[in-house]
Amino acid sequence: MPEPDRSPAPPLHSEPPLARSSDAILSTRGLTRRFGGLAAVNSVSIEIGHARLHAVVGPNGAGKTTLINLLSGDLAASSGSVIFKGDDITRFAADRRSRIGIGRSYQKTNIFPGFTAFENCRLAAQSRVPRALHVLSDAASFGPVADAAESALEAARLGARAGHVASTLSHGEQRQLEIAMVLATRPQVLLLDEPLAGMGAEEASLMVDLLRTLKPSHAVLLVEHDMDAVFAVADRITVMVNGQVLESGPPAQIRASVAVRDAYLGTE
Amino acid sequence: MDLYTFLIQLLNGVQYGLLLFLVASGLTLIFGIMGIINLAHGSFYMVGAYMAFTLSSLTGNLFVAIVVGVVLSVLLGIALEWALMSHLYKRDHLEQVLLTYGLILVFEELRSIIVGNDVHGVAVPAILGSSIPLTDTLSYPVYRLFMSAVCLVLAGLLYLLIHRTRVGMMIRAGASNREMVSALGLNINLVYRLVFALGVALAAFAGMIAAPVSSVYPGMGTQVLIICFVVVVIGGIGSIWGALFAALLIGLADTFGKILVPEAAGITVYLLMAAILLWRPEGIFKRVGG
Amino acid sequence: MTPARAAVTVSTWRPIAIGAVVVLLALFPLVGSGFYVELVAKVMILAIFALSLDLLVGYTGLVSFGHAAFFGIGAYTLGLLSPKYEAPSFWLTLPAAVLFAGLAAFAVGLFVVRVKGIYFIMVTLAFAQMFYFVFHDTKFGRGSDGISMNFKPVAAIGSFTPFDLGNASHVYYCVLVLLVAAFAFLQVVLRSPFGRALQGIRSNEHRMRSLGFPVYRYKLASFTLAGAMAGLAGYLSAMQFGFVNPELLSWHQSGNVLLMLILGGFGSLYGAVVGAFAFVALTEIFQALTKHWQLLLGAAIIALVIFLPGGIASVAGRFRRTLVGEANDA
Repeated sequence: MPEPDRSPAPPLHSEPPLARSSDAILSTRGLTRRFGGLAAVNSVSIEIGHARLHAVVGPNGAGKTTLINLLSGDLAASSGSVIFKGDDITRFAADRRSRIGIGRSYQKTNIFPGFTAFENCRLAAQSRVPRALHVLSDAASFGPVADAAESALEAARLGARAGHVASTLSHGEQRQLEIAMVLATRPQVLLLDEPLAGMGAEEASLMVDLLRTLKPSHAVLLVEHDMDAVFAVADRITVMVNGQVLESGPPAQIRASVAVRDAYLGTE
Repeated sequence: MDLYTFLIQLLNGVQYGLLLFLVASGLTLIFGIMGIINLAHGSFYMVGAYMAFTLSSLTGNLFVAIVVGVVLSVLLGIALEWALMSHLYKRDHLEQVLLTYGLILVFEELRSIIVGNDVHGVAVPAILGSSIPLTDTLSYPVYRLFMSAVCLVLAGLLYLLIHRTRVGMMIRAGASNREMVSALGLNINLVYRLVFALGVALAAFAGMIAAPVSSVYPGMGTQVLIICFVVVVIGGIGSIWGALFAALLIGLADTFGKILVPEAAGITVYLLMAAILLWRPEGIFKRVGG
Repeated sequence: MTPARAAVTVSTWRPIAIGAVVVLLALFPLVGSGFYVELVAKVMILAIFALSLDLLVGYTGLVSFGHAAFFGIGAYTLGLLSPKYEAPSFWLTLPAAVLFAGLAAFAVGLFVVRVKGIYFIMVTLAFAQMFYFVFHDTKFGRGSDGISMNFKPVAAIGSFTPFDLGNASHVYYCVLVLLVAAFAFLQVVLRSPFGRALQGIRSNEHRMRSLGFPVYRYKLASFTLAGAMAGLAGYLSAMQFGFVNPELLSWHQSGNVLLMLILGGFGSLYGAVVGAFAFVALTEIFQALTKHWQLLLGAAIIALVIFLPGGIASVAGRFRRTLVGEANDA
């Protein structure tokens, strides 16, 4: 099999930047989160548009995971706002955000370890069925839910391992299951927190391919450390340092930026 | 209600609250720092009271009894931690609940075997036996003021210990990160043993000084435990200030509740808890790291 | 249906074993003496109680230390609805008991399901104690002496009386049928989408929320259902003894039912039933040994937690695995 192409995508200068908020599905304005005196995320404004992948990078402690937590609702904002399709969802709890179409995967694998991979996804898909409070019917035979679970597993390239108990899967497979679970909820927005964490080269490139296939049908926010992967798939990159946005723009701009290099890339 | 009756009830409420605080602070320390929920904590209170009874009967002096009793309870705490509690650190809450529930049964039955099930009184020591007159007919017992004073002093000492000493620093550090504290070379096991012994001693001491006022009876451990749980729920786990505030609140609510609405006497405290749960489920004070 | 779609793989011997046990239980009154028939009926009632808590603790992950409150409310419903001079109707009082216990559980659940972990344990204990006070100290509950019922409930429908609750064997079979029904009901519930969601909450509540489940509602529903079923057990207990008192709501009772679960082991419904039998066997043995049997019980509990946290069922599971060499146990 030929080596997957991991060179950076061709420059995207020709594409107009996402300045018009009407294009953005999910955006933040001046989003801030303080812990005591420390602002882990400080007045961040970003946008994520449909069929685009917006990567957020930065050194450890830059506030990237806090930012994702603020977007997914796992953490409440101290100030600022989160807008989804024109509506202010800043006060929405995590489960409500998921129901309106914002899906999130975790950096530390956050699955149901005792269930099979299939059951993990089936449960995730079940969240979309409002009458899931059904007390007497057999869950396994709920056709549409099972179908959604299977297709999510297929999309995450995990179909062959569906019947295996999640805790017995390899680390890379568990990361794939992380994604599969989010996909099973059929979200519009994907918030992916370091999906490549702890992966070897081959697993990582499979994940990058997966991200590429997901892009056309979702609005993706990707937090990552693996810069090769980021340059391979991102349409826009935001660099965060100490909770603030240092710079934001197309990959080529970020590549060329001296400030970014000093702050981050130069240290690698 | 006239002013003096109100004053008396206020003082009673504060005294009860401070006593609860003493017991609850032991409970919250043990959970906040060691992560163990200890259902048998009320039993230590009961053990303290019965020790006060037996030792003061033997020696004729309550103060001597208290000193000896505190020493014994520290030893008890150390022995218990070494033998049983150390098994619970990595276990989940259910197992902790069950083991300490078993411990309650053991304590209750041992007490029954050793001292019996009778209700006993303990005499107030003569020096503290007088009352401060308020009106022609009303006066307030000096001993109750003494109890409140002692509890306040202990509260202050606890605060100093936790926030101003190196030992306290270790305790607070242990609360946040057990592995790191061990890596720093501090003996975490020793710290935990001391904290547990401190918790036991606090509860037992509270039982001892309360004995002359509330008498010594079999169900006293359970009763105080459940109220302490309410204190901890309202005040938040691991927060000494929260425990103090909540304990005073409950002490006053219970005391005035008994006067104003005697039929609903026992329930006032639970209604208060229910109201707080609706308003602020995490407790009024979030944990501020000790 | 592809193999992966089967929600749970159940080893084939288990339904056979359970079926065998039911048959044995059904045949027992034919061979057992009156005392033992009553005893086994009492155990089966406790098994229903344990099953109800298993739904909450074993499958939803909510450790309640106040479950006896709903058992007691079910029992007191019969006590309070029993007229002084005639027999109450079984067909009216049983659903009433389940209903009131369920309502009480719903009301308490509204408050307690807001908190988690250790707080949950504490508030469930506190609320149960509150109910204890209501029955112990107020006129409504008739006080610490409890209520004696002069007549057993009557199962008459019109002029036809299918069974006589004054007859110990009839009571036994009535309880057995209800135990089997409760067990089957829970099996069905646990296989349903609702039941799977509960198990998801136990496994990883945070992720369930993140996936969009309104976790509060599920927990409240589980709490209510468990309370209602505990009320059923309480009713049967009151029916069997003809007597209710506040100790039915005591935290000793709450502790004992938790103990049944740990004796039987988690992760299975039959564990709750096994645990109920083991608990009664243990207490009967200890009571025969000494009047200070609670000391032995307490020591046994401590030893159990330290040395055998998985309960009796885990021993059985480990034994079976070494025999059969199964990789994972469903």
